[in-house]
This record gives sequence, C-alpha cells and structure tokens, in this order.
Amino acid sequence: MAVEVKPKETSEVETEQLATGCEAIAEAIRLADVDVMAAYPIRPYDGVMQAAAKLIANGKMDVEYIVADGEHSQFEIVKHACAVGARVFVGSSGVGWFYAFEAIAVTAGLRLPVVAICGNRALDDPGAFGTEHNDSLAVRDLGWLLPWAETAQEALDLALMAWRVAEDKRVSLPVAIGLDGAFLTHSQHIVKIPTQAAVDKFLPKFDLGDRLLHPDNPITIAPQVDQDWLMEIRRQNDAAMRSALGVIREAHADFKRIFGRGGDSPFLDEYMTDDAEVVVIGQGTLSLPMKVAIRRLRKEQGLRIGLVRLKWFRPFPTEEVVKSLRRFKAVGVIDRDYSFGSPYYGGVLYNEIRSALYSQAKRPVIVGFIAGLGGREIEQPMATEIFEKTMAAAKGDLAAGDTCHWIGVRE
Amino acid sequence: MAEDRSVSIEVVYRGIFQKTLAQRICRSVVLAARKKGHTGTAFARYGDSPERNGVPAKQFAVVAADELELEASMAKYEPSVVDVSIAVDDTLVKGVESWAWYGRQPIWKPVRANGWLLVTSDKKPDEVLAQTDTAERPYTLGIVPGGASFAGLWVYKDDHTDFRVLGALAKILPQWIALDDAKAASLELAKGDRSAVASVQYGYDSTTMRPVKAGEGTSGHEVLQFKKPGWTTMRPGIIVEARKPGERNPYYKKYGARTMRPVVNFDTCIKCTMCWLDCPDECFEVTPEGHYEVVYEACIGCGICAQVCPVKDCIVMVDELKFTDNKDKWQLWKQDRPTYNAWFEDMSGVSADPKRGAAGSVPPNANPAANPTTSAGGDE
Repeated sequence: MAVEVKPKETSEVETEQLATGCEAIAEAIRLADVDVMAAYPIRPYDGVMQAAAKLIANGKMDVEYIVADGEHSQFEIVKHACAVGARVFVGSSGVGWFYAFEAIAVTAGLRLPVVAICGNRALDDPGAFGTEHNDSLAVRDLGWLLPWAETAQEALDLALMAWRVAEDKRVSLPVAIGLDGAFLTHSQHIVKIPTQAAVDKFLPKFDLGDRLLHPDNPITIAPQVDQDWLMEIRRQNDAAMRSALGVIREAHADFKRIFGRGGDSPFLDEYMTDDAEVVVIGQGTLSLPMKVAIRRLRKEQGLRIGLVRLKWFRPFPTEEVVKSLRRFKAVGVIDRDYSFGSPYYGGVLYNEIRSALYSQAKRPVIVGFIAGLGGREIEQPMATEIFEKTMAAAKGDLAAGDTCHWIGVRE
Repeated sequence: MAEDRSVSIEVVYRGIFQKTLAQRICRSVVLAARKKGHTGTAFARYGDSPERNGVPAKQFAVVAADELELEASMAKYEPSVVDVSIAVDDTLVKGVESWAWYGRQPIWKPVRANGWLLVTSDKKPDEVLAQTDTAERPYTLGIVPGGASFAGLWVYKDDHTDFRVLGALAKILPQWIALDDAKAASLELAKGDRSAVASVQYGYDSTTMRPVKAGEGTSGHEVLQFKKPGWTTMRPGIIVEARKPGERNPYYKKYGARTMRPVVNFDTCIKCTMCWLDCPDECFEVTPEGHYEVVYEACIGCGICAQVCPVKDCIVMVDELKFTDNKDKWQLWKQDRPTYNAWFEDMSGVSADPKRGAAGSVPPNANPAANPTTSAGGDE
C-alpha cells in the first residue's frame, strides 16, 4: 500500500517530545533526510525500526526502508546503497551485530560513511537483553567511529554529528553510535527536536564526489589487491581516523553554534572535576548513577570526587584524555564490558586508558572496575564501593596485583 | 646469499596447465638435495593462486646447507635473486607478465650473474635466445630437450619433464644435487618405475649449454613497467578506474599467456561472427568490411576462435615463438593481399587458397600438442 508522504514539516521552532533513545534516533533519520535504511529485528535496536516505520506510516518521513533477511544482508544493503550515493542508516545489537561482522568489516575498509547504531546488548548465550559494550567494542580496530550516548537527547545529537563527520571527505568512515540497551533505547525522556532549517544548516548534502559508483563515473570498487597494495590501503584508513578528531572538533563547534547545545568538549563530559582528587571514567548511561553518587558522597563525606564521561571511543581522543586525567591522583575506569585474559584482567577501556597515560611522567593511579554486565544496574552501594576503592588507591592502599575489581557480582 | 651455502631455483610455468609439473620439479629438487644432507623449502608464489589458464606463474625451491642458512629464504613470497630459472615452456622467454601492475619482466630478471636459464624446448639455443630479452648480465642458457608439457588442473601428464629437468640440474649444480641422488629421488617419486632414472640421465646428458653474454638477445619486446602509487596518491576507498568502452587495461596486457596465436585468412572468412562472439577476451575488432581481426595485444591464445571457426584453416593457431611483435595484420591484408597471404602461409603452413591445397608438405608450426585447448593437446 502506498503511503502518501506529506510535505516536510516546516516547524520553525524547536519542539519537545517525550521520546526513547530509539525514537530520538528515528527523528534524526527523518531530519537527516536519510535515503536508505535497512532493518532486521533484534532487541534493543529494533526500537528504531518500529519508530522509523511509524514515522513512514504517518507520512512524516520518506525513506527507502528495506527489511533484510538477516543482519549480514542488512549491513550489505546499506554499504552498497552508500556506494551509489545514498545517505544511509542501519543498526543492530549483540549477536545480530556479530552476524553482520563481515559486512561491518568491509564497510570501514571501503571508506563508506554508513551511520549505524549498536543498541548495546549482552552477547548470547545465555539470552540476555541488557546492556554490555562488547558488541560495539568488537569493531574497535576496524575503522569504525564509536561514540556513546548518555541520554536520548545526546543520541539524536550524536546521530546528526555522525552523518556530518562520517560523510566528511577527510574522514569517510562509518560510525556506530553506542546506545545502552533498555536504559537509553527503551526509556523515554524529554528530547528537543531541532528545526529542519537548523539541521539543513548543520548537515550538508551527501556527496561522494568521484567515488560515486555510477555509469557516468566508471570505477571498480574493491578489486583483489594482495600484499602489493593492502598496506597503503590500511595506512589511508589510519590517516582518515587521525583526521576524524579534527573533523569532530569542527562539527562540535558548529553544532553548538547552530543548536546551542553540546558541552565544552566534543570528547569528554566532565562532572565536578574542578576540585576533584579522584575521578571515575566510563561510557554511556553508567554516568547517571555515578553522578548521583558523586553528589551524595561529596555531601555526606566531603569527598573530592568527579566523573569524566568519554563520548568518543574511536577515534580515541588521546590528547584530551591525557590532559584531563593527569590532573587527578587516581582514576577509576568503569568497564561495562570484559576482555578475558587481557593485561591485569581489566576491561577494554581500562587498558586503553592505561596505555594513553603511559607516556606521562606524572600519571594517576589507575584502578579498573568491571560493572553492570548484562545490564545489571549500578546501584548506589556499588558506586560507593567504586569510589572507595579508587580513593584508597590514591592513598597508596592498593594491594599489588589487585588493580581490577568486579563490582556487584555475587560470590 | 652465499652461493656455497644455499641455492635458489625458480620454475616459471603456464598457470593451471603446468602447475603440477612445477610442483613436482621443486619438490624433487629439495628431496634430491636432502639425500646429501641439505635442507630446503619448496613453495608456490602465493599471489599466483588462483591460477589463470596459461598466465605465467612461479614456484620455487631453495636448498641450504643448514636450517640457519635457510631462514633467509623463508617467510618470503619469492626470492629476489635465483641461481637458476627454469622455463618449462619456451614461449615464456618472450617475457613474464603474471598480474596487473606486475609489468612484463624478462625471463632472466631474477637470475644472478653467471646463473642459469634452463628452457624445455625442441628448438635450438639460438632460436630461443633470439626471442629472449637482451641480457643485462651473463648467464648460461640450457636447453632441456622436449616440448612443453601441458596438462590440466586435476591431471598430470607424466612425460618425465620433471625428471629430465632434475637431471639437468644435477649437471649444473652437482654440489647440491648429485646425479645418483637425483636418480634415487626420481625412483621414489615414480614409485619404483625405473624409466624415471633413465629420464634423469637423459636430462643430464642431453641438455645443451649456450653461454650468453651481456647484450645478447632481442630488444624487440614491449617494455611494460609501472610505479605503484603510495598511500597519499592512491584513490581512497579501494577504487580503481574502470575501463571505458573500447579501452583495454593498460596495466595488464595478458598476451604473455600465449603459447600459440591465431592467424586469420581473410580471403576465406565468411564473416559468420563466431570467433568474435566466442572469444572470452573480446579481442576481435570488426573491420570496415565486416571481417574480424585479432588484437594481438589482448589475445591470450586460448584457441577458441580456431575451434569455433566453421571454415577449415581460416583461423590457424601458430607457435608464438614465430612472431616478433604484436602488430595487427588486417591493414597489411587490406593494402597488399599477396604479401599478406604469403605471410599467412609462411606462419601457418597452410595454403591461403583452399583450391591450391597445402602450402608445404607438413605444417611446421601448427603443433596441436602444444595447444592445451585443441583435442590433441591437454589432458590426453
């Protein structure tokens, strides 16, 4: 049945909606005038499928909406659509994301600016719908840009940033926005929906230039190359990832100017760090209970503690992270992921942070925490324990070889 | 690499048709040398696989005095310098083009000064040398008697080419491969068939050596070399220019795959389009009269045109070593038919005028056994 597409809504003022993270992403798809989106249901990503389908059914959005026969096809569809010049959106979660892995890997190699969400979900088995970051983090070495959102508002904002950064010719890499399952994907919050005019000002039309696959521009994409060529291709990806940092800074400055939101740094969201001796760092929604704990512990115990929330994991903002964290006596790194058998048995972020700070003559003590796996809530006693352990480490009370702690796990 | 501590041998062969042959030669070298207590490695150039019909490919054998010495030759795709290069089809001396951007390389390119180029051929050394690129350093050309041995992907034409080559190697590298060891190894490889031993002895006795000085050879072959771009100059996104209509790939000519080439009798051509339709490389161009001329730069010599042509002796496959260039011939026929027809008869050995009958008593060059796609060649 054909759906009549109404003319674009021309609201000249920013509106407010009570929306889930997934619904906020669907609004971003509408505002970015996405040409092709491919879908295949898996919780929690499928909230976007439903929200986008609703926008289409209500005649509010015109997008080629392809329901694939599985995640592998789903990611292949947008890769190919992108190569012929379509602005695209895609997404998945958990093992669905892994089923698409081959297509995910080649998308980055081909430098196609696909924008995806990874609705973070524990990897099966056993079946669990709650959040863990290992699905997104599995692609960390492949050339995907990986930001994490904290709120539904930030999900929408990051999505608009994602197309802008990904499609920039200096970058031309795919982006996968991490959204914590349940806490963000399925929880409603007040979201400001920007005007179309503001979005059009921020987000230029997608133009692949001379890389467009079109009969008028005969090119061959991805021939067999072998060892004679591959290293140069990898080096190009490396250069693109390096230049992404500057492009994100530019886009963030423009975003703040046009939409009046966005914080001081595109990469770090610092909370009560000005006088802090000890901070924790983490990604996604775990910042929310930690902020509550910071206010409580400051009030109850007068602890000088704060939070640094990392917004972009790839490209890793090494300079910003180092500048920020070297001010503190101790840093607790909270991983909502695992990296079994890694150095000191820490999480992925723990070892990245340690590595970033290694070259500093003066560096904080770093303590690792594995917390909130499988979507387990980070309750206040856990947050307190995290800060207590980090404070103890700052005082030198850390037992040797005991640098990573599992928090909230039953013995 | 110290010549007294290790020796490197390459086999240049026609992809698919001679894959097993090349493998057997390289393995037999290591196994024979092992009998003296040496160690070694045998391997195919990884990038040649999957092989393409007739496209030049390489396999290698490196033999060393001990494992430490051998390490310098391990974890490599190919040795940059070899002591011996073995071409198991004499048309390979016209140059080796294996891959796009690889360029056309002289057959002797990796051979060290005063090394050896062994060629299996029925021709005399000077005939082979006349089609070999001008030598930059001296080497010895050895002709191992016998025509090119072609088989298929799953079968092996067990004509003892491998054992004859092993005998020749025992002659030039006695410090690495003793004749008796070569015979013992061949006997094992042939599962006790004593004729293998005779073939080793034949290769040892009958290989003709012709010292080649720097400057000898032909300068008539096309120079085809490319500089690969760096990461700053390559197009991003793993993109290469596609060919425009009518344009052929400048980075890959493919004619180096040819052991024979088709010559066309335009007088008997009935313009039926079959060659043009069935050519897998689209190498026929339509002339203003509606004839089909071969673009030799693009022809891989597969012989399909000659097979599908319904007119007897209208397209004849001819030994590639008879030709010294890739120029198209239709212009000559257009301008001067008698001269063209004389050329056609000289090359093909058949009469340009079917009423007149055969030009010579025996077609001197149309050797069907050397053509893997004719019924008389290939797997039989």
